Amino acid sequence: MSTHTLSVLVENKPGVLARIAELFARRGFNIESLAVGPTEYDEVSRMTIVVNVEDSPLEQVTKQLNKLINVLKIVELEPGSSVSRELLLVKVKTDAGTRSQVLEVVELFRARVVDVAADALTIEATGGSDKLAALMRMLEPFGVKELVQSGMVAVGRGSRSITDRALRPIDRPA
Amino acid sequence: MSEQITGAQSLVRALESAGAEIAFGIPGGAILPAYDPLFDSKKLRHVLVRHEQGAGHAAEGYAMATGKVGVCIATSGPGATNLVTPISNAYMDSTPIVAITGQVASSMIGSDAFQEADIRGITMPITKHNFLVTNPDEIARTVAEAFYIASTGRPGPVLVDIAKDAMQAMTTFDYPERVDLPGYRPAAKPHSKQIREAAKLIVGAKRPVFYIGGGVLLAHATEEFKSLAELTGIPVVTTLMARGAFPDNHPQHMGMPGMHGTVGAVGALQRADLLIALGTRFDDRVTGKLSTFAPGATVIHADIDPAEISKNRIADVPIVGDARDVIADLIVAVRAELEAGNQVDLTGWWKQLDAWRQTYPLAYDTPADGSLSPQQVIERLGKIVGPDAVYVAGVGQHQMWAAHYLPHLKPHTWLNSGGAGTMGFAIPAAMGAKFGRPEATVWAIDGDGCFQMTNQELVTCALEGAPIKVALINNGSLGMVRQWQTLFYNERYSNTDLHSRRVPDFVKLADAMGCVGLRCENADDVDATIEKAMGINDAPVVVEFVVHKDAMVWPMVAAGTSNDDIKVARDLAPAWEAEVL
Repeated sequence: MSTHTLSVLVENKPGVLARIAELFARRGFNIESLAVGPTEYDEVSRMTIVVNVEDSPLEQVTKQLNKLINVLKIVELEPGSSVSRELLLVKVKTDAGTRSQVLEVVELFRARVVDVAADALTIEATGGSDKLAALMRMLEPFGVKELVQSGMVAVGRGSRSITDRALRPIDRPA
Repeated sequence: MSEQITGAQSLVRALESAGAEIAFGIPGGAILPAYDPLFDSKKLRHVLVRHEQGAGHAAEGYAMATGKVGVCIATSGPGATNLVTPISNAYMDSTPIVAITGQVASSMIGSDAFQEADIRGITMPITKHNFLVTNPDEIARTVAEAFYIASTGRPGPVLVDIAKDAMQAMTTFDYPERVDLPGYRPAAKPHSKQIREAAKLIVGAKRPVFYIGGGVLLAHATEEFKSLAELTGIPVVTTLMARGAFPDNHPQHMGMPGMHGTVGAVGALQRADLLIALGTRFDDRVTGKLSTFAPGATVIHADIDPAEISKNRIADVPIVGDARDVIADLIVAVRAELEAGNQVDLTGWWKQLDAWRQTYPLAYDTPADGSLSPQQVIERLGKIVGPDAVYVAGVGQHQMWAAHYLPHLKPHTWLNSGGAGTMGFAIPAAMGAKFGRPEATVWAIDGDGCFQMTNQELVTCALEGAPIKVALINNGSLGMVRQWQTLFYNERYSNTDLHSRRVPDFVKLADAMGCVGLRCENADDVDATIEKAMGINDAPVVVEFVVHKDAMVWPMVAAGTSNDDIKVARDLAPAWEAEVL
């Protein structure tokens, strides 16, 4: 099994997320992470889907996704030629004794404190999953009260855009 | 300013513009606005069925018999959910149908309103695409898109769910001349490099086989395929969905492969060094245990759906394209190979194949107690009725016997439920076929189990003028399940005895539904009864053939085992190696 990151351009229409999720469930593929958001075109959304499958089921995943009418384009982003990030918000127990130690970890990981309470700090961090996992290992000993993490988003390196060619038909006024 | 019409009027006009001539359905609360303008339509006939499942299968039967898109209509909630089985069936067998369902008013959606069901969500996994329309301005365009999606590429079912208020609101009619869906590009031309590669393999193979699926029928490519087959002299097998795509009486035809395939067809695939798979999907009922399927074969796999290629069996030469284009290109490329001096020599292969089919022809026993043999009934039916009739089967033993013993000589004359195996398919599908091809004789071959699931559509047939004929093969049980119990469950017949030789009285039932009911119980009366049925053309006819309950379908490959372990009768396996060259 290996992890693959798929960037999927879809029409921004109701029910599209359900179609994609249903397809993965029905065909027995596991989604490790999913992030959905807008693109530079209003009528197009972009999903970043991380799946953990063998190569040949991966081909089946992309072929089945391609059959969905609302799916415009699928690109697999290779780790070497793309940048991927996740966002993490974590609420860590602190008191007068531990606050400075936690702040030191925040500093080391170039994270940020977004909220302060007498007995807790809320920390925001972005990065690849390895970095965020390392940050969490450092914070866990202090006591994690609440953790929320986004799916991964990723983009290819260089000047080319995956929306360039895929969206030409949409650019035309209807 | 354009003419103002209701959304419902827009729907009916859009269906007319899409070319729909007939729709099968039942009205109800949420779809009611559509039935008002439908009442006035001169171009679109509505057939009032007795159950929405019947509407769906009728749309399928119509589509399979005519090649056009079938249409069914239902109301929200239970009306729509009753369409789920036929929609799923159409999805499995790639049949182009459009289902129109009413939905509760858009302001009520999500409130668990009366007769509300999320039919778009429910049918997502079993439709090629589906829509929920809440804006009256989008009704016509959506219908156009639905027909386009259903009928192009790999065909399939499309559902259009329309909120009641969208049908009641005013709009203008705007039917698009052409549909542009940015995420849907069905027309792929076969790759010329792959075609050349395939042609080389075809002329170089020692033991090639054409493995033909329903895609060849859907592409209307049977004439072209016959040319390709005859150009190469390669043996042909036709799957359950492809019966009739290549004439059964052609010397190159080895029969149907699969779980109940002929020894010749199964043996040909298992021993092949090259499979040329056209419009087929390596279904488990064909391959048996996949890891042991055609172990020595290189695979050329052409399909219009790229996701089918290498899904089950890795293809060595994948070709994406419409079967008709692929076959046309292959003819040119193979001819070029032959003209370049490459010769196909299949003498040794044919010697082997002929030995198999001579040693292990299709065969059945006539019951010793003088009761009717179901195979014989079906064989006689095919002989008397001939190859021009449309035959529609349900699911089970009678379906397999019909696949084997009817004369499958012409395309689009064999309709059945393949992938989904939907019992109850035959009667409503035969009705749909009869409406699509009123000049044709349409025979449903049904079992007593299947018949009791959907026979109420015979009422529709009687009232709406669809004089179909039904050969009801009554063995008093769920025969195929019983066969498995005989073979794999120590003859413990748990819940397969339908007692349907006592109840119901099928002749009376037929009569009560406005049909002519006939009964045949012994071999001497078979021909005369069929001929009598053939003479009745002003009403549907149900002929009950009371047959022996222990007849079994042979050959058989037990589920999950290798095709090499095919049995031609109980405990009787072919002697493969004795025949091998």
